[in-house]
Amino acid sequence: MKTALFASAAVIALAAFGTTAAFAQSRDTIQIAGSSTVLPFASIVAEEFSAVFPEFNTPVVGSGGTGGGLKQFCEGVGDNTIDIANASRKIKDSELEACTAAGVTDVREIQFGFDGIVFASAAAGPDFALTPVQVYKAIAAKVPVDGVLVDNPYTKWSEIDASLPDQAISLAIPGTNHGTREVFQLEVIDAGAEEAGLPEGLSEEEHTAALTTFRQDVVIEISGDYTETLARLTSNPDTVGVFGLSFYDQNKDTLKVATVNGVVPSNDTVAAGEYPVSRPLFFYVKGQHIGVVPGIEEYVQFFLSEQISGAGGTLEAAGLIPQPEATTAEVLAAFEAK
Amino acid sequence: MTDTLSNTHSASLERTKLIRAGLRRRHMSEAIFRGLGLAAIILALGFVALLFTDVFRKGIPAFTQSNLHLAVTFDPTVIDVGPAPARADFTSEAEYNAASLKWQRDVALLNWNTIIEQSMRAAAPAGYEIDTRALLTIPETDARHRVRAMFVENPALLGQTVDVDVLASANATNWIKGNINRDLSDAQQQLSPQARTLIDTFEANGTVSNGFAWSIFTNVDSRAAPASAGLLGAFVGTLWMMLIVVILAVPIGVAAAVYLEEFAPKSRLTDFIEVNINNLAAVPSIVFGLLGAAAFINYMHLPISAPIVGGLVLTLMTLPTIIIATRGALLGVSPALRQAALGMGASKTQMVFHHVLPVTFPSILTATILGVAHALGETAPLLLIGMKAFVASVPTTPFDQATALPVQIYLWQGNENRNFFEPRTAAAIMVLLAVMILLNGVAIYLRSRLEKRA
Repeated sequence: MKTALFASAAVIALAAFGTTAAFAQSRDTIQIAGSSTVLPFASIVAEEFSAVFPEFNTPVVGSGGTGGGLKQFCEGVGDNTIDIANASRKIKDSELEACTAAGVTDVREIQFGFDGIVFASAAAGPDFALTPVQVYKAIAAKVPVDGVLVDNPYTKWSEIDASLPDQAISLAIPGTNHGTREVFQLEVIDAGAEEAGLPEGLSEEEHTAALTTFRQDVVIEISGDYTETLARLTSNPDTVGVFGLSFYDQNKDTLKVATVNGVVPSNDTVAAGEYPVSRPLFFYVKGQHIGVVPGIEEYVQFFLSEQISGAGGTLEAAGLIPQPEATTAEVLAAFEAK
Repeated sequence: MTDTLSNTHSASLERTKLIRAGLRRRHMSEAIFRGLGLAAIILALGFVALLFTDVFRKGIPAFTQSNLHLAVTFDPTVIDVGPAPARADFTSEAEYNAASLKWQRDVALLNWNTIIEQSMRAAAPAGYEIDTRALLTIPETDARHRVRAMFVENPALLGQTVDVDVLASANATNWIKGNINRDLSDAQQQLSPQARTLIDTFEANGTVSNGFAWSIFTNVDSRAAPASAGLLGAFVGTLWMMLIVVILAVPIGVAAAVYLEEFAPKSRLTDFIEVNINNLAAVPSIVFGLLGAAAFINYMHLPISAPIVGGLVLTLMTLPTIIIATRGALLGVSPALRQAALGMGASKTQMVFHHVLPVTFPSILTATILGVAHALGETAPLLLIGMKAFVASVPTTPFDQATALPVQIYLWQGNENRNFFEPRTAAAIMVLLAVMILLNGVAIYLRSRLEKRA
C-alpha cells in the first residue's frame, strides 16, 4: 500500500507541478494560425525570421482556414490564445465584434500581397476558357431562363456554351471555412449572376438564396487544403477544381489552368489587375500581445521588408504576388502608429 | 438365418452409407470453413502487402538526396560587414551579447544569395547562359543559411574558398530522380530549360551526387527549404508525449486496476465504474481531443501545440487499455497463490504487492507497450489541440510547441509540392512503422523473458 500511496502522491505532485509550471511560464514563441493559402508564406517568413533574429524562437504557424484562425484569434487575450491570424480575406464585422466581446480590442490589419484564384483541371483533359457567368450557370441550384428562375438544367459544360468541352459538370470549390470561398462567391458567382440577370422583384432572402444555393450533385465542397482538391481531380478527372495560383504553379505537371474572361492567370496578369479573380492577403496582429510575446513587432516589420514580401523577394519566389511598395509603406505606418 | 444375416448386413450397409453421406457432408463443411479461413488470411496479408509495397516503393527513393558540391568563395566585396565583436572589447556580458546579436543580424541581412550564385556560376561550364533566378532554383534555399552559419562560426573564412556540400532544391531533386515526367513541355515543368540542362551537366561532371538523406533524421520540418525538411522536431515531440504517457498512465492505470480488482467492495458503484471504463476504451480518439482542448487548454490554460497537452490527452486514451489489461491479468492469477500468502499470515496489501502483482508484470508491461504504440500512431486528437502547426524547432521541454510523427505525415501529405513530398511522406510513414515495430518487438521480447523467469 505504501508503494501505491507513494505512486499516487507522486502523480498528483507531478500533475500539480505541470499546471503551475504552465501558469508561471509565459509563452516566448509567436503563435500563428489561419488561412491555408497564407500558411506557406507565413511558414517561410517564420524560418527566415529565426535565421535573422537568433534571439527569438521560430514562430509556430498553424492552419485551420481563415475563419478557423480568426475564431481562435478572437477567443481572448493571454498565453493560450494565438498572436497572429492569417487571413485570405478581410476580417468580418461579426468577427471583430466577437473579438471585442472577448477583450481583443487592438486588432491590427496587415495586408502583404496578392494571390490569384484559378480554375484548374487534369492536365490530360481538354482546355477550359471560362467566364464567371458560365461557372454560375454550372453550379447554381436555380438559374434564370427567360426571366424566371428554373431548376438548373445543365449536365454538361458544352450545354452552357458550345465553346466549352463536352464534359460532365463537376466543380470542387473550397468550403465555407476558407477565405478563398468568399472571393469565389464575390468575384465569380455574384458577378456571374449579375451578368446572367436574376429576375426582378426577388425579395432579399430569395436573392441571397439564388446566389448561394449550389447543386450538391455537381459541387464538391472541400474543407481541407488544396491537396484534397487535387485528390478529387485525380479520382475523377472530369472535375474542375478551384485552387490558389501558387498551388497551381507548384503542380503544373498535373494541372491545366483555365482562362477567365480570356486572361491566363499568372503573377503578371494578377498584379496588373487583368485577371479578375484575385484577392489581397492579410494577417491580423493582436496589439495587446506586442511586448508580451517577444518578437511580434520585429516579425511584422521583417514580413513587410523588401527582401521578404517585396518584388524579387523570398515570397515572390514562393508564389506571392507582391503589392506596390507604397501600399506596404502605408500598412507598416498604420501598424506602427497604433 | 441367411435372411436375418443378410438383413442385418443390409441394415449395417444402410447405416454405413448414411454415415458415409453424413461424413462427406461434414468433411465438406470442414473443408469449406478451412478454405474460407485461409482465404481471409490471404486477403488480409494481400492488403498489408499491397500497402507496404506501395509505401516502400514510394518511400525508399526519398532516403537518398541529391547534393551539390560547390567551391564557395567568401567574397569580401559581398560580405561587407565589420569584424565580429570580441568578448575582450566589452565590459559586461550583456553588452557583448547585444553587440554580438547585432553583428549576427547584420551578417544575416547581407545578400548571401550572391555568394551562392557566384559559386554556382563557378561550377557551371564557362560562359553558360542562365539568369540569376533560374540558377538559384537549383540549390535549396537553405544553402545561403548554411554558408552564413559557417561564416558566423568562423569569420576568418572571409576571402577564402571552401568546398561546401549543399542540398539540391526540391524541384531539382524531382528532376534528377525522375519524380516529374521529363517529357513534359517547358510550360508544365517547374524548372527552366537552362536550369534543367545545367543540372544534367552537373550530374555528368560530378557536381551533383546522391547520398543517404541524413537530413530526414537530423533536420526539423521546413517549408522555406523543402528538400531539407526532416523529422527530428516531430520525433522529439512524440518522445515527450510518450514519456508523459508512460509516467502518468502506468502508475494511475495499475493502481486503479489493483484497487478495483483486489480491494473495492463489489457494489453497484464499482459495477458502474467497470462498465464505464470499458466504454471509455471504445470512445473514439477524436472525442479525447475535444476534451483535451476544452479541459487542458481553455480551462487549465496549458499552452497550445505543446506535447504536455498531447501527452495528457493520450494518457486519458491509454488509461482504460492499461486498466482493463491489468485487471485481466490479476483475474488470471491462481487463487492458490493468494490463499497461500494469506495462509502464511500476509496482509492483503502484502499479498497483492509481494505475490500477485509480480506475477502479472509481463502482462502489464505488454499492455503498456501496446498502449503506447497505439498512442504513438494517434493523430486525430492532436489535430484538435493545435499540434498540426508548422513548427521549425526542436522542443526542449514538453511545454514548447511541437508536432508529432503521425501529424508530420499528415502535414507533409498536404504540402503543395506533391512531386517532392509524396515520396517524403512515404519515407515518414516508414520511419513511424519502424518505431512501432521496434516497440512491439520490445514488448514481445520482454514478455517472453519475464515469463520464463516467472
